[in-house]
Amino acid sequence: MIEVADLTKVFGTVTAVNRVSFDVREGEIFGFLGPNGAGKTTTTRMLTGVIPMDGGSARIFGYDIRREPVLAKQRFGVVPETSNAYVDLTAWQNLMLMGELYGLDRARAKERSRDLLETLGLYGRRDQKVKGYSKGMKQRLILAMALLHEPELLFLDEPTGGLDVQSTQMIFSMLRTLNDAGTTIFLTTHNMEEANRLCDRVGIIRSGRIVAIDAPERLKTAIDRVHRIEVSFDRVVPARALAGLDGVAGASRRGDKWLITAEDRDRAIRSLVAFSGDHGAQILTLHTLAPSLDEVFLRLTGEGGL
Amino acid sequence: MNPAGTSEQIRRAWAIAKKDIRIYYSKGPVLIFGIFMPVFLFLAFYLGGRQLPLPFLLSGLVGMTLFFTSTAVSPAIFPWEGQAKTLERLAACPVTIEAIVLGDMIASVLFGIGVTAVTLLIGLSLGLVLLHGIVFGSAVLLAAVCFSALGMLLAVPPTNVPSNIMMLSSLLKFPLVFISGIFVPLEQMPAWGTALAVFSPLTYFADLVRYSFTGAHYFPVTVDITVLALFTLIFSAGTMRLHRRTMPRRI
Repeated sequence: MIEVADLTKVFGTVTAVNRVSFDVREGEIFGFLGPNGAGKTTTTRMLTGVIPMDGGSARIFGYDIRREPVLAKQRFGVVPETSNAYVDLTAWQNLMLMGELYGLDRARAKERSRDLLETLGLYGRRDQKVKGYSKGMKQRLILAMALLHEPELLFLDEPTGGLDVQSTQMIFSMLRTLNDAGTTIFLTTHNMEEANRLCDRVGIIRSGRIVAIDAPERLKTAIDRVHRIEVSFDRVVPARALAGLDGVAGASRRGDKWLITAEDRDRAIRSLVAFSGDHGAQILTLHTLAPSLDEVFLRLTGEGGL
Repeated sequence: MNPAGTSEQIRRAWAIAKKDIRIYYSKGPVLIFGIFMPVFLFLAFYLGGRQLPLPFLLSGLVGMTLFFTSTAVSPAIFPWEGQAKTLERLAACPVTIEAIVLGDMIASVLFGIGVTAVTLLIGLSLGLVLLHGIVFGSAVLLAAVCFSALGMLLAVPPTNVPSNIMMLSSLLKFPLVFISGIFVPLEQMPAWGTALAVFSPLTYFADLVRYSFTGAHYFPVTVDITVLALFTLIFSAGTMRLHRRTMPRRI
């Protein structure tokens, strides 16, 4: 759905985006993460045809965004970093304008506007000028404007930055619903917890270069060579027996639990399960302790001092 | 529906024009400025003791009104929208830069023609007689497009500070009024003045308006229309080409 190859953008002497390549598959939620100034917004703006690229290529739905921008834009929606509805128009007028810019017939635009405003809790304020809206309301309106033409792909650049919990939850809940209905989502965010929960895959960009792309769980497990497993049994088991298991590098006691270190997590878990069966020691709890996506992010972007 | 097709893009440009009229042109100060500025300039010359005939001044007033109104707001729309980030919204929509510029031009043309119609009615009520209605109508339409394109051309520098563009706009517009035969007939101008007037599109429009009301003209009517059409083509093509280059730098 999105194919990016060697995408490059230079501002003066600074290479903001440096030969970035990735693809986004149909139906997935792709998280695009990176520290401030890493090139996330610049990449999103190039992909959405807002600014031209200086090198490489980007194809959206098979359309070259440089050569056939209108055909590509017709099929995706954009929620930018900053709310950019017309503040001198009402929410309804903003949506009608979007309807005309996307070529929707009037009746369909009205129907969609009513549905979206109701879903996003703005229908009662539809005839109020946007300048009187709170930040959260503006952002919800922007989402409605991006969804009016029922896009197959949605670009969101920090959609919940600075929003209250209610608006944030409403937006992320809507994204999940949209994705369940088949909409592909390209999400730039700083919210690691949400990226972790929402995204099928994440790409991490640092200083204009992609440093990792994978599923969040795989990134978490790939970052540490030694994995940790926390296990507890219904009876006392000897440390030596655990430490000697196949795949287990070490075992140390933590209260009523054991902290197992292992190079091959899968092999270690199988050994623990076999040990449980052989010794009649029932496993009460078993947790794999992976680093959080925050830790992965900080390590990969070099911001964690590690 | 082919979203990239010309007819669809024109339809979307019309949506942009309606948005412009609603947001930028329907404001009281804009309307007042569009009407009062030419009226005050007219009064300054009428009461200034130059002994110029009323039909000459009234036709100049009509010409000036179209010029000022068609170029009043259009130069500032791109900077305003760049500042408010709404330009990014438009850039992400399935509309070409040419359609965005065309939409802004359409709004400017309609505003210019609308206010000029009011001025025309004032002129007619003061005794002005329209002798050549078709020439006048064609000239107004052509000149409105020409001046709107000129207004958009003034917005090409990629600044998002409207006052910078408005200053540039005033620096160009006011001298043009004085060298285009609005207050001083071209026949009475010194040679250097006439030489400068040739390069102003307002000269040809003012000449056509004067012909429409008094029957007198400096250039042949066909020359006036041809040159005005050429200016319109050059300004329109130039503004679309240059905005394509500079618009991304506003975002």
